[in-house]
Amino acid sequence: MRDQRPAIILLFIFLVSGVLLVKLFAIQVLDDSFLKRAESNAIQRVVDHPYRGLVYDRTGKLMVFNNPIFDLMVVPREFNVGDTARFCELFRISKEELIEGYNAAKSYSKVKPSPLIKQLSTKDFARIQDFLVDYPGLFILTRSVRSYPTPTAAHALGYIGEISAGQLERDTAGYYSQGDYTGLSGLEKYYEKELRGQKGVKYKMVNVRGVDKGPFKEGEYDTISIAGKNLTSTIDLDLQRYGELLMNGKTGSVVAIEPKTGEILAMISAPFYDPNQLTGAEFGKTYRKLNNDGSKPLFNRPIMATYPPGSIFKIVQSLIGLQEGILTPNSTFSCNRSLVACHNHPNPVNLFGAIRNSCNPYYHQAFRQIINREVSSNTFKDTEIGLNAWREKVLKFGLGAPLGMDMNGEKGGDIPSSKLYDRIYGAGHWKYSTIYSLSIGQGEMQVTPLQMANLAAIFANKGYYFTPHLVKAIDGDPKKIPAKFQEKHSVGIDARHFDLIQDAMAEALYGTANRAVMKDLVIAGKTGTAQNPHGEDHSVFIAFAPKENPKIAIAVYVENAGWGGRAAASTASLMIEKYIRRTISRPELQEYVLAGNFIN
Amino acid sequence: MKESGVQINRVDWIAVSIYFALVMIGWFNIYAVVYDSQVEKSIFDLSISSGKQLVWIGTAIGLITLIMVADYRFFENLSLVIYLIFLGILLVTPIFGKEVNGQILSIGVGEFRIQPGEFAKFATALALAKVMERPTFDLSKRNYQFIAFGVLLVPVALILLQPDTGTAMVYFSLLIMFYREGLPQWYYVLGLGAVSITLLALGVDNNLYLAAIIILVIGGLIYHGKKSWQRILAFSLIGIGLIAYIYSIDFVVSKLPPHQQNRIMVLFNPDIDPLGVGWNVTQSKIAIGSGGLLGKGYLEGTQTKFDFVPEQDTDFIFCTLGEEFGWLGSFVVISLFAGLLYRLVIMAERQKTRFSRIYGYGVVSILLFHFMVNIAMTIGLFPVVGIPLPFFSYGGSSLWSFTVLLFIFIKLDSSRASQLGRIS
Repeated sequence: MRDQRPAIILLFIFLVSGVLLVKLFAIQVLDDSFLKRAESNAIQRVVDHPYRGLVYDRTGKLMVFNNPIFDLMVVPREFNVGDTARFCELFRISKEELIEGYNAAKSYSKVKPSPLIKQLSTKDFARIQDFLVDYPGLFILTRSVRSYPTPTAAHALGYIGEISAGQLERDTAGYYSQGDYTGLSGLEKYYEKELRGQKGVKYKMVNVRGVDKGPFKEGEYDTISIAGKNLTSTIDLDLQRYGELLMNGKTGSVVAIEPKTGEILAMISAPFYDPNQLTGAEFGKTYRKLNNDGSKPLFNRPIMATYPPGSIFKIVQSLIGLQEGILTPNSTFSCNRSLVACHNHPNPVNLFGAIRNSCNPYYHQAFRQIINREVSSNTFKDTEIGLNAWREKVLKFGLGAPLGMDMNGEKGGDIPSSKLYDRIYGAGHWKYSTIYSLSIGQGEMQVTPLQMANLAAIFANKGYYFTPHLVKAIDGDPKKIPAKFQEKHSVGIDARHFDLIQDAMAEALYGTANRAVMKDLVIAGKTGTAQNPHGEDHSVFIAFAPKENPKIAIAVYVENAGWGGRAAASTASLMIEKYIRRTISRPELQEYVLAGNFIN
Repeated sequence: MKESGVQINRVDWIAVSIYFALVMIGWFNIYAVVYDSQVEKSIFDLSISSGKQLVWIGTAIGLITLIMVADYRFFENLSLVIYLIFLGILLVTPIFGKEVNGQILSIGVGEFRIQPGEFAKFATALALAKVMERPTFDLSKRNYQFIAFGVLLVPVALILLQPDTGTAMVYFSLLIMFYREGLPQWYYVLGLGAVSITLLALGVDNNLYLAAIIILVIGGLIYHGKKSWQRILAFSLIGIGLIAYIYSIDFVVSKLPPHQQNRIMVLFNPDIDPLGVGWNVTQSKIAIGSGGLLGKGYLEGTQTKFDFVPEQDTDFIFCTLGEEFGWLGSFVVISLFAGLLYRLVIMAERQKTRFSRIYGYGVVSILLFHFMVNIAMTIGLFPVVGIPLPFFSYGGSSLWSFTVLLFIFIKLDSSRASQLGRIS
């Protein structure tokens, strides 16, 4: 019996060793969950955020950059304030602020950093840097916010903000993560892919307290972040600012385009806001304030507001009539005010006179000829066929659908087809007398200020346009902008028909917009008045200049400012002078516009 | 004096080789714990624990030399004196020692400190060998059991004053030696039964199930046996006693200090609170478990190096090995320990004197307990008990005491030819 006992003890020794080895085999070899837990313990994935691309204006002036801001961070467990009075003096905070900040940090975490002093200026940062070594547990966290050296072009540039849950869900490529910033409007949104660059990832090892212990596997799996591309905007910063000066306190839009290229020189939506307000920590607060503002400063009028084109549309009617052979320069109609109201001017008028004097009855009669070609003996059918054929021609002017500029949310306006009238009156129950107000740009017709500016560019170019756009070059290379902006669109009207139109527009200024006339610079323009059922009409004017070699085409909308010849024409004229001459020679006209008293 | 010299050819080189292998592997692992690729320090740097451990290893070799050149009779003759000296030191430790975390484990002057609880192990083993060596000493007899347990329990009581439950538990490992020396088997059956029932009572949430099983078993035994009223009464009392015991355990546990309650809870449910109570075991298992079959490579571990595992160079040193050398490394070290213990049993059995054999089994008992409990706790098989892994863990007291413990036996073994055969 006793002789077995050494053997039993040996058996016990081997049994214990065996149990340990089996258990070790189970957790080390069979179960790989521990490996994953070890990695999540000690390996931290640090995203390296690239610098977002900068934006310059067309002359190379900086419009948007990344402004570094510095937060003084504290790790409460490592921090030792020492002499409080000295600390407060060095870091220029009050004792109360120090205690409050420190306690807030401590209640968040004793071992994780929290901000002690937020948003230090660059100057304070430089001053504090030297003292930092004396204070363990304090360090500077650098972040960057979008910044605008000139507070202008807020709507065109747009803003960035934290990505929303919905956007994250749509991001099928999985580029973004919670808390990332992304362009939410304007150029920032449309060129997000170019501006954002490429995020990098660093894997670093940390100890149990989260202290950096160097790169994992010498950085074998790390990727370097690639900075975003810089954009050269088509905007002329000086012109944009001047336009904002003129539009300050008013409601409306100014869109200026370089006709030969479709480049947008200025794009003003009034009322506007300082883009610096929608950055950094204040974003949420300011956004709510702006969003609740009754004057809708966030509403991007040039591409989102739609109005009936009014008299300006008569030029499009003239061009279609000429191209179709229905009108000739000599076509004459009487100013028959029983058809539609008009104002006093010589009677009857030929085409030139009709444009110059904006004769309503002329277009009432001309449009009837364009619509009713007697292709069908049924007048209802004939009108339907004629309307749809006419609509096709109008759409070619970039109306009735979004132009496709490089900004999200562009509205298309509306050019009605037979379907609309069928819906309203029933098929076969409407004819020319139902739709005649289209002849003078009224009725069921809507255009955006951008489309109107593009129209001016078409008149300047004698029949073609480039899709208006806001970016001239990406990383300095004009070829990198989207191909659709380098494509010429013809409106289907022969260039020869534009000569008369241009002459009439130049002449029209003397009749309807005397204030806009410049002695030594021929401006071709046309006034319009967008009827406003809710109050005073909107003042509208389109123009291009110089007439012989157009450098700028412009559309101006001033809401509730009455007749187009006053507010809009004056503003447009000043803008043209500013762009072409770079100075203003008519301070009295500028004063008139700034005063903003256009009704009386 | 021929027999008292160092008889190199009689030294058991297998045991000595395994000892040095374990000490060296331990030393490399201690360096891996403190290694920091950002602040490269040599393994010899005295400002880190691997450098200090080298000093302990050097002095341990000095101790080995002293033991080997001493007369083997010295240990036998002075065993009770050594025992009494350490009892004395243990007695004064709570008075003059240094308090750390509510425990007074060490005593000494300035930088030189020893943990008497560690050294009292070999002293107790020596004293028991001395007391039990008489041919008439029979552990099956009540009065001799009384003496043996008396020698064992005095240091335990003194260590519990420090208080150091982990080290105190180690002394009960000498029950393995008592087993070899004839303590009746039913003590162990009873003891293991009690431990099993205790574990079941702790592990099973609802004690009603256990009570029901006991009633069924006792009922079955009564039904099948002779139905005398004495027998029925005896079984009923045993059943009632067991059930009372099961219910009393929860009460006893609730009276334990909170940190010991937590350790018991974590054993049965390690995921109960991975960031709090279960932190040590969870992190230790993550470190070892992430090693895989071959490990992450020497100095490539992340869990122990970056302090995720607490007390990593002392009680949790096995984590570093498991993480950096994987299952294969664990296999090698466990094999070395098993091999050493096997060798020591063989050596104990070949002793000519009862004193040497008893001491040999004392060494086996103490080393086996440390080895088993230390590794088992790092992989969650045993509650966290603060005892070191022999020869591996960082620390002078630990390395010295295990070295002395082992080499006194190697010395006795090497002199066995000159010892008078008095074996019973």
